[in-house]
Amino acid sequence: MRRFHLALPRSIEDCLKLLAERGPEAKLVAGGTDLLPQMKNGLIKPAAVIDLSGVADLRVLRREDGAGLRVGASVAAREIELDPYTRSTYPALAESGALVGSVQIRNLATVGGNLCNAAPSADMAPPLLALDAEAIIAGPRGRRRVPMADFFTGVRRTVLAPDELLVELIVPAPGPRSGGQYLRHTPRRELDIAVVGVASQITLSDGVCRKVRIALAAVAPTPIRATAAERALEGQPLTAQQIARAAQLAVEAARPISDQRGSADFRRHLVGVLTRRTLTTALERAGR
Amino acid sequence: MAKQVLSFTLNDVDTEVLVQPYVTLLDALREDLALTGPKEGCGTGDCGACTVHLDGKPVASCLVLAMQARGRSVRTIEGLGRFDALHPLQDAFVRLGVPQCGFCIPGVLMAAAALLAENPHPTEEEIRYGIAGNLCRCTGYTKMLAAITEVAGAAPARRA
Repeated sequence: MRRFHLALPRSIEDCLKLLAERGPEAKLVAGGTDLLPQMKNGLIKPAAVIDLSGVADLRVLRREDGAGLRVGASVAAREIELDPYTRSTYPALAESGALVGSVQIRNLATVGGNLCNAAPSADMAPPLLALDAEAIIAGPRGRRRVPMADFFTGVRRTVLAPDELLVELIVPAPGPRSGGQYLRHTPRRELDIAVVGVASQITLSDGVCRKVRIALAAVAPTPIRATAAERALEGQPLTAQQIARAAQLAVEAARPISDQRGSADFRRHLVGVLTRRTLTTALERAGR
Repeated sequence: MAKQVLSFTLNDVDTEVLVQPYVTLLDALREDLALTGPKEGCGTGDCGACTVHLDGKPVASCLVLAMQARGRSVRTIEGLGRFDALHPLQDAFVRLGVPQCGFCIPGVLMAAAALLAENPHPTEEEIRYGIAGNLCRCTGYTKMLAAITEVAGAAPARRA
């Protein structure tokens, strides 16, 4: 790796000071599983690296009364995968955590890193989009809340300014009669990158869908929501016919490219299949 | 660029070493601390040959900056057992002749030891999942599975 200056802050305030001093030439490192390979192959050459591993305030994973779940930016994928409350209340999020890399990677890779690296295929993005999560961002002028739907601005680009830091995600409690699932397609079961990923999250009342969220990964420059498919299901019973219609609308929302992982046509096909499967499981988990 | 003091617990021993800020934990272990058990296979976290325990959890040490281990506990294959008292997994790997070229074995043992510490009686599926981050280019997975299964006291693994 090319030489760099390494800063070891212990608080969010220290991080912000360091970012204010050398923001544009600095990189934040949390788990390092995305950053270090990019630095080793010379793709990025930061003059300064700010290590977040000593900042305890970024490692909160806690249920908050009334607010839902607080997930600190430095919480590891493995913690999300294993956390009992996340598994029971936010299964789609826990499932996405369990799919990142191998156990050796999941113990390092963080939810904040997954989001800020902003790969179109980021596994933890679709569940957080589908769960209406909000990002808490700290900067020199205080904190701001950004809905996940507005967080990604392009391939490897987010709303974060060079002097800002992602602190945590607030994930509202889905409420009773809710269910969700995240599924992805990969040629290998482990250590692979999603060809397509889909998260569905529903809330039922009186036999119909009161709230529907469907989010897609790896079919557009950023993770996206399939809003037309969501609207088509709202107020409707989740019959096989309705699910098939939503799956078709989700396919139409996808704008995939063809690359070495799969053709655009194959990706569109997968969006349909995975939307149908995740909606079906979401319905089972919500309790019919 | 000035070296920094890395102060941590290494294989149960309080350790201080001067490291460059831009080196990985794997390089510090191998180059500065002469622990060559952890191997560099890919350097990108794909192969698992560099697996060590960081605060008891298996991690790819090629993706950890050495200074990120400050104040923490690191265990390498050198600290898994002793020469006169091998870890049960090491003993089983020797008796069943698991290693072929041997390059992946330290990483596999550290992954398997972490799995059994967390889940002493895993199913075959859980064992496969637990070592899925470790590549063996000799493809010697069948005997690994048999050895880990034996130590776990699980039902014998079916043929892979």
